[in-house]
Amino acid sequence: MNAIFKREFLSYFTSPLGYVFLAVFYGFSGLFLWMNCLSAGSADMSGVFVMMFYVILLIIPVLTMRTMAEEKRRRTDQLTLTSPVSLFGLIMGKFLAAYALFMCAAAILLVYAAFIASAVGRTESVFSWTAFWGNFVGLALMGGVFTSAGIFISNLTENQMIAAIGSIGVNILLCMFDMINNFVTVDVLKSIISGLSVFYRYYEFTLGIFSFKNVLFFVSIIVIFNFLTMRFVERRRV
Amino acid sequence: MIEVKNLSKSYGSKLAVDDVSFSVGDGEILGFLGPNGAGKSTTMNMLTGYISSSGGQALICGEDILENPIGAKKNIGYLPEMPPLYLDMTVREYLNFVYSLKKCRMPKRSHLGEICELTKIEDVNDRVIGNLSKGYRQRVGLAQALVGNPPVLILDEPTVGLDPKQIIEIRTLIKKLGRNHTMILSSHILSEVQAVCDRVVVIDKGKLVADDTAENLSHKLSADNKLIMQIEGAENEVRTLLGGIPRVVSVRMLREIEKGVFEYELDTEEGADIRREAFKRLAARNYPILLMKNNELSLEEIFLRLTAGEFRAEDGGAAV
Repeated sequence: MNAIFKREFLSYFTSPLGYVFLAVFYGFSGLFLWMNCLSAGSADMSGVFVMMFYVILLIIPVLTMRTMAEEKRRRTDQLTLTSPVSLFGLIMGKFLAAYALFMCAAAILLVYAAFIASAVGRTESVFSWTAFWGNFVGLALMGGVFTSAGIFISNLTENQMIAAIGSIGVNILLCMFDMINNFVTVDVLKSIISGLSVFYRYYEFTLGIFSFKNVLFFVSIIVIFNFLTMRFVERRRV
Repeated sequence: MIEVKNLSKSYGSKLAVDDVSFSVGDGEILGFLGPNGAGKSTTMNMLTGYISSSGGQALICGEDILENPIGAKKNIGYLPEMPPLYLDMTVREYLNFVYSLKKCRMPKRSHLGEICELTKIEDVNDRVIGNLSKGYRQRVGLAQALVGNPPVLILDEPTVGLDPKQIIEIRTLIKKLGRNHTMILSSHILSEVQAVCDRVVVIDKGKLVADDTAENLSHKLSADNKLIMQIEGAENEVRTLLGGIPRVVSVRMLREIEKGVFEYELDTEEGADIRREAFKRLAARNYPILLMKNNELSLEEIFLRLTAGEFRAEDGGAAV
């Protein structure tokens, strides 16, 4: 697992992919920070997190598109799958590498928060670290969901482009449950769909509501996608 | 060392590998021969645990590849048909990755150095694999299989895409490795198998058709009642002369080799040895014999005969 993690993580930086991902994330988060906080004179970063949700929805699939697809196309999976490594270690190595890069990107928000907190310190208003951490945990979990979903889709194809477009599609679908719900008239179905709504739960985080139930929900989705990836790799070998 | 019992693989209704059994002893080099699409790579992929089998069993050093995959895989170095290289890494980075992937415990620097020296890739150590030529990539692939010094090596067409000099180098290397490794080597180049392998397994359309040493195969299938001769002298006279030898069934002129020298094929009765008699008669008439040999089949011809379905192994056992 360590070997896979290290290779995967470093491979993001042997191509422009990792740099572009970080640049896009830093660029947009900076822009939203300026729009929501700096120019508006507000210390509430929630708006930034709401907007970043849409950014990561689009850019994480680009990060994960090649994880499995490229291995299949280049047949390097003949090396990894015939090495004395467990399938769990293999998938986790890949997931954690992509996730670690995402967290490197997300870490910039900590810098922004520290900056705003120190700027706010000189005035009467307050910067709420609790609200920030709620938001941050929400974004981190959301990133995990998109990463695991992206790897799962990447495993279904040998083509990176299809993997990227497919994952973006899945991500959009994951977040459209609320919209779909407007058209559902059966009450039971409605409550099931809203219970599965990823966006609504993320939105709760940005409102500053930190619920353990929501954390568990996101973690389960991550586990399920990673589990499915493992099952599908296994199944393909049969 | 390697034990394959009734191994099968089906894709839907298509049987890619059909009930193949063979075993490879300690330190043996086994040639795995078959036309394209015969199921060589599929079998190798099953042996190394890349794909699972539909039936049967494969044991590597006593470990079942499906029941104890990690234990079995530890003993295998595998070079697939297309070397599994990450094109964005340098050779050094790649071998280091493979080293930690295989969880090796030996001194890293000296071990990897040794492998690079063996496969002659030291001079490209710091180059990105994507920029290497096919020959070098193949050698890096072989180096990868050697990392961790596994007792079993499975090489799928290791000399494909190499120039003649490199082919000879790789063959020498394979022979050298054969001294302390058990090896399966697949190929459709027969001279290669003949050059390096102790034993040959021939597979065609997923079925095992022969399992024997190259010499034995050649001997068993060869037509020992055929004699090839090259004789200088008038064709008609030589033909009558040869035809007059007792137990000769027919004489056929094959071609004129050079001016006045002809090549003949003689069919004789089963078990007849007419070589001495032929010499005496031709010498008496002053016709020099330039060549005389039994028409032994080359591995190419054996191969064609086997895969044309003329012979079938019984129950995957000894052939012909």
